[in-house]
Amino acid sequence: MPPKRQIRVGTQWMYARDAQRALEEAIRVSEDEQREHGHHVPFIRKYVFSTDHKWIGIQYAITALTFLLIGFSLMLLMRWQLAFPGRSMTEIPIIGSFLVKFLGQSNVPGGVMLPEFYNQLGAMHGTIMVFLAIVPLAVGAFGNYVVPLQIGAPDMAFPKLNMMSYWCYLPGGILMLSSFFFPGGAANSGWTSYPPLSIIATQGQTIWILGMVLLITSSLLGSVNFIVTIFQLRAKGLTFMRLPFFVWAQLVTSFLLLLAFPPLEAAAILQLMDRVAGTSFFLPSGLVISGTPLTNAGGGNPLLWQHLFWFLAHPEVYVLILPGMGIISEVIANNTRKPLWGYKSLVGAGVFLGFMSFVVWAHHMFMTGMGTVISAFFQTTTMIISIPSVIILTALIMSLWGASIRFTVPMLFALAFLPMFGIGGLTGLPLGLAAADIHLHDTYYVIGHFHYVVAPGTIFAMFAGIYYWFPKATGRQMNEKLGKIHFWLSLICINCVFMPMFYQGLAGVSRRLYDGGAQYAHAKPVIWSNLFISSAAWLLLVAQIPFIFNFFYSIFKGQRVGANHWQATTLEWAAATSPPLAHGNFAVAPVVYRGPYEYSVPGYEAADYLPQNVPDEPALPPATGGGMLGAAAVAQKES
Amino acid sequence: MTAHAEPLHAVGGHEEHHEIEIPYTVHARPDTGVYNGKLGIWLFLASEVMLFGALFSTLILLRTSAPTWPRGFEELNIPLATINTFNLIASSVTVVMAWANLRLGKLKRAKLFLGITLLCGFIFMGIKAVEYGTKFQHHHYPSTNNFFATYFVMTGLHGLHVLGGMVVFTYLLLTADKWYEKHRDQYTNRVEITGLYWHFVDLVWIFLFPTLYLL
Amino acid sequence: MRNFLAKYMPPDYSAHGPALDQLNAVVHTLMLILFVIWGLLFAYMLWRFRASKQPKAVYHGTHSHLSTYAEAGVAVVEVILLVGFSIPLWYRWTQRPEPAKNPIEVRLVAEQFAWNVHYPGPDGVFGKMNVKLVSSSNPLGLDPNDPTAKDDVVTLNQLHMQVNRPIIVRITSKDVIHSFSLPYMRVKQDALPGMEVPVHFTPIKTSGTEPWEIACAQLCGLGHYRMRGQYHVHTKADFDKWYASEPRAVANISG
Ligand code: HEA
Ligand code: HEA
Ligand code: CUA
Ligand SMILES: [Cu+2]
Repeated sequence: MPPKRQIRVGTQWMYARDAQRALEEAIRVSEDEQREHGHHVPFIRKYVFSTDHKWIGIQYAITALTFLLIGFSLMLLMRWQLAFPGRSMTEIPIIGSFLVKFLGQSNVPGGVMLPEFYNQLGAMHGTIMVFLAIVPLAVGAFGNYVVPLQIGAPDMAFPKLNMMSYWCYLPGGILMLSSFFFPGGAANSGWTSYPPLSIIATQGQTIWILGMVLLITSSLLGSVNFIVTIFQLRAKGLTFMRLPFFVWAQLVTSFLLLLAFPPLEAAAILQLMDRVAGTSFFLPSGLVISGTPLTNAGGGNPLLWQHLFWFLAHPEVYVLILPGMGIISEVIANNTRKPLWGYKSLVGAGVFLGFMSFVVWAHHMFMTGMGTVISAFFQTTTMIISIPSVIILTALIMSLWGASIRFTVPMLFALAFLPMFGIGGLTGLPLGLAAADIHLHDTYYVIGHFHYVVAPGTIFAMFAGIYYWFPKATGRQMNEKLGKIHFWLSLICINCVFMPMFYQGLAGVSRRLYDGGAQYAHAKPVIWSNLFISSAAWLLLVAQIPFIFNFFYSIFKGQRVGANHWQATTLEWAAATSPPLAHGNFAVAPVVYRGPYEYSVPGYEAADYLPQNVPDEPALPPATGGGMLGAAAVAQKES
Repeated sequence: MTAHAEPLHAVGGHEEHHEIEIPYTVHARPDTGVYNGKLGIWLFLASEVMLFGALFSTLILLRTSAPTWPRGFEELNIPLATINTFNLIASSVTVVMAWANLRLGKLKRAKLFLGITLLCGFIFMGIKAVEYGTKFQHHHYPSTNNFFATYFVMTGLHGLHVLGGMVVFTYLLLTADKWYEKHRDQYTNRVEITGLYWHFVDLVWIFLFPTLYLL
Repeated sequence: MRNFLAKYMPPDYSAHGPALDQLNAVVHTLMLILFVIWGLLFAYMLWRFRASKQPKAVYHGTHSHLSTYAEAGVAVVEVILLVGFSIPLWYRWTQRPEPAKNPIEVRLVAEQFAWNVHYPGPDGVFGKMNVKLVSSSNPLGLDPNDPTAKDDVVTLNQLHMQVNRPIIVRITSKDVIHSFSLPYMRVKQDALPGMEVPVHFTPIKTSGTEPWEIACAQLCGLGHYRMRGQYHVHTKADFDKWYASEPRAVANISG
């Protein structure tokens, strides 16, 4: 008969609270030890060319957040021109004259933005947001930091490759940004870079292609690494159906990156050839550019680029959303204190989504003159692909049934994700029906559609992930009050930014218009909303100040928390707080005994969560990570 | 509480400070049946299939929509390309021989076969250089027409892959003695996955040869 | 049902347009229903299952199969939308009008940043063209020596059509990709260099004194935002009068 209210740790029986203290003490001692006489890794190996997945994840996170801010800033400049077409930027309060100086006479002569510059900002906003901010954040940062921990691995399968992946990404990003300083400025043919426009465009387009090649290489290295890691380095007992959904999402994402990027790489090579070697892959015969016939051989096909581009870019949009869905699932399970509802259908839908995303690409090209049969095919696949999203969303919403919902900051963002993604996803349906798309194609309706999925969708998921895993990475928690301010302001502002875009789109206002449609009579009734959107976008920036402050403040001054701050079940929480770099993750390889979301397990009264690595037997075996965690679990319940 | 520091110690800490051991770098994981590198190379090759797949699709699309298209056998040098085809096939065999000999513990013969493989690579590139040279002499450039554009892009990219393989073979040859002694299995694995890559490069050529030269 | 989106959309003056609008209205109704049902359920659960009211979660959650039915329902509605609406509409959209309806046929050649409209003239045959002849006074490179070119009419940014008479616009481009968009007609088609794609529609209302707008919907360079053309929907009499009086293109060619 075990002593009352005591648990067994190793060979000893003790009070749970003592076990908890001992656990924390042990972690602290071992970390100190490490700091003192851990073998010395030179600074540059540890922090610059690191091979540790956690540090690489942090490198990715910081770089990608910076690019997110840059991408956002480019858009804020554009929004000035859209709100006040032709008005001098010197009128911007406080920073106006500085901005005009910074941007230079060649871009904003007399303070007024040139159309060329507007197009550069647009193309670079899209490119930066997709390829340099969201994907690196979702995959590079969260994937790198969390996946090995969640599967109980010591690191990624190929640590050096992991480092190379980051070191292709950063130069790629810097190269992209540097293109603003080339003669003629950055790429200005949209993030889609449709030829022939992109072939006759200025130098910046060549830099864009070279940058893309680096980014593609980075993604390919990363995706191979992730897939191998997930297949090969799963802890003992961690079967595929016991993987946290986040890991599944990363796995599907990696397959998408692996198989969809190469065609874009091929297309990039062809476009590069067209630009520098005078080939005509995308140039048909008989082009006349501003009055002069082109001397190229001709015979190419501009639609070829579109096919190759969208063959990547459609899967790419699921790359943008799947990791987000993964994060949301983790946060929801944790904060509802119950298992996710329909885990199997989530996984099934995720995998199916991955497969289907390769056969819908031409829904971006309905207006290129598509016949009935082909359009019927792509409309059908597009409708089919919406079903798994409905299943995933429904499963996540139904997970709330019977829950005990904690409204923590990560949970707020996760909850807001659901209806926001809902709006974005649902507005994809009319776009997917070719006949309905005739009116909506290339209008602000499309802009509204995809921003709802990527901004209040993915970006909110990213925020949820940052608030959720911050304690794991830093050992400190972000301030909840600031977090709530950040959440509510962002939610309100972001809806004010994107909701009116549907209204503009229905009115028929085209996208990528330098003056926001001021030329056109059909845009007159809705033109006022440009100022409203812009104001909301600027306020959205203000709404980020609490976050940015909170982020840096909490790294140094945030409240210290324990290794399993959220009382979560998945393996990353079985590792030490802020696991030390370059030493593997777990001293003892964890063993997994159950699925990822065993919260509020009936009959297990010790705590409302049962970590994956705690053995079924109530008597805990000595000296395994699992045993300790179980002890800690009980401890918190008892105290 | 001090009494319990011993067993608790292991949780987050690490007594040993050696390099992290990543499992299955050398031996196969039982349930997946492969070691990390092998899975990695298969995945990499899958992405390469998509890369060349896209280029082949480009070729098909451009060709089927063109009113006229030069015939490969009239423009290109078939005898040289045939030699190269056999040359590459031979090198695929020799790389397998190298691997087999490593498995048998015959490092010397393995090195010989690696050397032959590398030599085949050099011959391939040499012949390719001659072909390119004559094309340029006849003023056939990528910009001449889309036939030559696809020809140069596809064979050029393939050539880069050959070159990449040659770099790796050189590295493997240079490190053979040292590596084989210390990490025999690992070295053998490296030769195996490089071989897999080399087969793929060979396979691409086997598709390129008829589509560009013969049709 | 048809009209709840109409107040957000521009007027619709083409024969095929109302059917497209109706499809949009139906889809948006489905979307709204889904959003409202899911949203209400979601809001209810947030309130009902908050930790302060429900301190202990229920491990098994719900056993209801409602969601399966809902998902199947969404799938069924999507099939109806596809088979019942979108695919037939697209079929009609790509099917040329019968010659018996005497459609007007024009070519439309986009360039940075203008629309060149080419009418075949009374003979109904488009004159031969050659890129080598392109000049500022001959934007399409019309061959003045070709007899069929003599009566051709070429206008810049002005498209004329006749009410209740189908028009076929054969769209192409001289340089980059543009997109021919007539919001009031629910017409949109990319203008692709090297390819000529026909669209057809039938305006059902005359435009009056104020012509309507051709918008360019595809990014085509720095002047994309101002690549605006105009179109006039005439009565038959007015159209014939315009067609007869408009100067012939070859007369304008200089040099
Ligand atoms: C993360 C990014 C992302 C995601 C997930 C999607 C998802 C979808 N997209 Fe979108 N899309 C983009 C990013 C994305 N898209 C981008 C970037 C573009 C434009 C590119 C450019 O041109 O520059 C684009 C453009 C685009 C087009 C081309 C439009 C045009 O140019 O004319 C089409 C057409 O079919 C389309 C369709 C769809 C469909 C059917 C889905 C479906 O998968 C959506 C399925 C989801 C649902 C159906 C929601 C279900 C949810 C509920 C039912 C729950 C409701 C919840 C509550 C109320 C709580 N998208
Ligand atoms: C992932 C993709 C993504 C994201 C997230 C966004 C985010 C935003 N986008 Fe973007 N957008 C695109 C992808 C994206 N966009 C693409 C592909 C296009 C088409 C381009 C083209 O036409 O070619 C486009 C086009 C586009 C247009 C149309 C321009 C035109 O057609 O002329 C507009 C107009 O308002 C717009 C606005 C915005 C706004 C206001 C946001 C906001 O939601 C941004 C909000 C950002 C934040 C909230 C970031 C906060 C950051 C931090 C807080 C960082 C903190 C840093 C540290 C702690 C270090 N976008
Ligand atoms: Cu022409 Cu936009
Ligand atoms: Cu898509």
